[in-house]
Amino acid sequence: MRHRCAAALSIFALALMAPPVVLDAQDSGTTVIQNATILTVTNGTIEKGTIVIRNGKIAGVGRNLPVPAGAKVIDATGQYVMPGLIDCHSHIAADSINEGSVNVSSMVGIEDVLDPDDVNIYRDLAGGLTTANVLHGSANPIGGKNQVIKLRWGKDAKGLVFEGAMPGIKFALGENPKRQATGGGTGFGQQQPAQYPATRMGVMDVIREAFTEAREYRQKWQQYTQDRAGGKNPIPPRRDLKIEPLVEVLEGKRLVHAHCYRADEILQLIRLAEEFGFKIATFQHVLEGYKVAKEIAAHGAGGSTFSDWWAYKVEAADAIPYNAALMTDKGVVVSINSDSAEEARHLNQEAAKTMKWGGLSETDALKLVTLNPAKQLGIDRRVGSIEEGKDADLAIYDTHPLSVYSVVQKTIIDGEVYFDREKDVARRAEIDAEKKKLIEKEKGPARPAGRGPGRPAGRPAATEVTP
Amino acid sequence: MKTLVLTLALSAAVFAQPASRGYAIRNVKIHTLTGPAIERGTVVIRGGKIAGVGANVAAPAGAQVIDARGLEVYPGLIDSISSLGLTEISSIAATVDTSETGEFNPQLIAATAVHPASEHIPVARANGITHAVSAPGGGGGGRGGGGGSLIPGQASLIHLSGWTVEEMAIEPSIAMMLRWPAIQSRGFRGGFDPNLLGLRQRSFADSKREYDERVARIEDWLEAARHYAQAAEKGAKTKFERDLRLEALARVVKGQLAVVIQASDARDIKNAVEFAERHKLKMILAGGAEAWKVKDLLKQKNIPVILGPTQALPREEDDPYDRPFVTPGELSKAGVKIAIATFDSAYSRTLPYEAANAVGYGLPWEEAVKAVTLYPAQILGVSDRLGSIEEGKLANLIVTDGDPLRIQTQVKHLFIKGELTSTDNRHKQLYEKYRARP
Repeated sequence: MRHRCAAALSIFALALMAPPVVLDAQDSGTTVIQNATILTVTNGTIEKGTIVIRNGKIAGVGRNLPVPAGAKVIDATGQYVMPGLIDCHSHIAADSINEGSVNVSSMVGIEDVLDPDDVNIYRDLAGGLTTANVLHGSANPIGGKNQVIKLRWGKDAKGLVFEGAMPGIKFALGENPKRQATGGGTGFGQQQPAQYPATRMGVMDVIREAFTEAREYRQKWQQYTQDRAGGKNPIPPRRDLKIEPLVEVLEGKRLVHAHCYRADEILQLIRLAEEFGFKIATFQHVLEGYKVAKEIAAHGAGGSTFSDWWAYKVEAADAIPYNAALMTDKGVVVSINSDSAEEARHLNQEAAKTMKWGGLSETDALKLVTLNPAKQLGIDRRVGSIEEGKDADLAIYDTHPLSVYSVVQKTIIDGEVYFDREKDVARRAEIDAEKKKLIEKEKGPARPAGRGPGRPAGRPAATEVTP
Repeated sequence: MKTLVLTLALSAAVFAQPASRGYAIRNVKIHTLTGPAIERGTVVIRGGKIAGVGANVAAPAGAQVIDARGLEVYPGLIDSISSLGLTEISSIAATVDTSETGEFNPQLIAATAVHPASEHIPVARANGITHAVSAPGGGGGGRGGGGGSLIPGQASLIHLSGWTVEEMAIEPSIAMMLRWPAIQSRGFRGGFDPNLLGLRQRSFADSKREYDERVARIEDWLEAARHYAQAAEKGAKTKFERDLRLEALARVVKGQLAVVIQASDARDIKNAVEFAERHKLKMILAGGAEAWKVKDLLKQKNIPVILGPTQALPREEDDPYDRPFVTPGELSKAGVKIAIATFDSAYSRTLPYEAANAVGYGLPWEEAVKAVTLYPAQILGVSDRLGSIEEGKLANLIVTDGDPLRIQTQVKHLFIKGELTSTDNRHKQLYEKYRARP
């Protein structure tokens, strides 16, 4: 019975669960958070501090700041405020993840499949997460374009987009792209015909071939532009939507986020990028990054890794929980990511693990899930710390967020409260009552026995990915 | 099979003999868990056991004295359902020994396949896990054979230290594992349909029929085991053939061996409880994602629960976002005895955090600590030997620089079977090696 109407119920519940609390227009868009312990990340900790938010931006941070007349006040006595968390590797809010049918799928992008109704947006928001880098999967050496989003639960797909974030693209090295050769796929039900490459040699070749083509394509267009400027009337080259994003990579207009594990493949990609004159923005997973941290730092790439995942495949056999700390010590800009709707609910705790494994300071640990991923995504002027002028993306905890016992109380994006634990808890009785009513209604008076419709096909496995 | 069990049990006893002249941990805050904490006292360890606990206990002559000023001592943590020792690299079937083919394998014993040299064991140990239940049937990506097992075998309680499995074994056969056949018409259980390119939907009637058939098969096996046990008791040696499967199950139907029933949905849990009662089984519920819905029943029937990780997504789309965090506190408040376990191997080390994450959502801190120490020992029937710091118990202890559930806490000393045991592991070694890279 329950399953029969579960889909209808959940849609209803979603709508009811937590519409954003849009601030009253009458208070001239000003909110003040008072009496909080503020973890600014860039300027230390402010005890009993105040944050003034105006028009979605942080207008002031400090002690004893005056409260503007008519401002909405959030009393955070005894609570901690930190910058909203940023996840540099996520697959939430997307209807599909892998276009694995070709070994270069740079023509596709997550932007086209954003799903604002994915309940994981709300769940992650409730974990203090405000920004996520929604990446294409790792089925092929060159994957699709990613989309950086803000977790503006309740807005439509367009409303999720982090306007102004650097565009990017997914690359993938090692076991996952290799697996396509056996038709293995990278997720449930994704059997594919056998496909090149089957080895790390092939993976690197696919990338090299693609950039060789991109370089020629770019030259053709340069020639065309030059000829036109020179008064000639040349025929324009045919546009290639697959190659264009790669040209943007060559021109430094699109970030490369490269899924990788083994030290040798990391080094290979660094050399290939240098050969073509572009930079890898982030190495994702990068579980053996600690072995070549020096080289990663010298290249100027970031490392976006797990806190303590290991042993789930051969290339994760040498993964160590000290990876983030060790790369940080060697000068790499490091972030801790989730690659999982669940893990993203407690990235603060994942960051805290680097204090235990490798001895990072509190501030360095906090940076792993705030300022550093912001830097890696090219959005650090907007988010990642609590500073005047930055977006008012904040997470409020009942105790220090690096404590395993901390619980998020409010999550704020652009100055709006998108998650409020108190309100969420308060609404539960109401939601339960509605659900019961719907179930009763569904049971109905007269219904032919055994003819109930099955639960319509949902989308549980569509976004399944292998890290 | 009986011989094997006996051999293992015997060897465990033999190898627990003292290897050192004992230890005295002094000036340490003692969390006994059965009584109030002792602010500053001494724990004496001798012959593999705790020989003295108190504020004014003298260190015996010849014992190695550990000055633990500023430190705290707790019972070692127990991961009460794990696949430790049974899996190494979960995507590589050759390294996974968690699940056999076939539906009924009650004769199998996890300890038979526990790999003492598994890298996972010292990794778990470094985070304060001193002993664990290694259970067949789960974990390891389900690649070690068939995933459709209903009775995958017997779980083993092991020390996370030892050169051989004989040295590791505490109870080679601590419980029979039983995976309750869920009535599920949705999700993966419907299977993948290549024509639809999606999940196959099954009618409730189909799922129910399959469920009924499976339950009937379990009943048949138990019935056969009962008859087998009766025949054996009557000494009818020549009249029946020895059957290792039924012999193993006979211990279950006679109530000599607890049965860990894995179930998640409230309906399945209710059915399992009713089933266990009907067959007079000593039931432990495992998983129990929706145990909160039937907490009164569990309390009434006195059925303990080994919960899975709190760091999990809610099962239903419309469950409250914090459902898995809230469940342990709710069950505890209702008077249900709970343990929290990882059901994993590589992530066994996260056990303290799985317990800790329930604290912010209503589980008292003391209860969270007990859910990974004392309560699993009680649930598994070994609290006479493990789970608290009391004279006469096995000296499986951790000395920490603070609350063992806190992420930043470090395990300073670790004792297993009364021996100071290394917290070194592959991860630390790789860290040291590459930190030194010029």
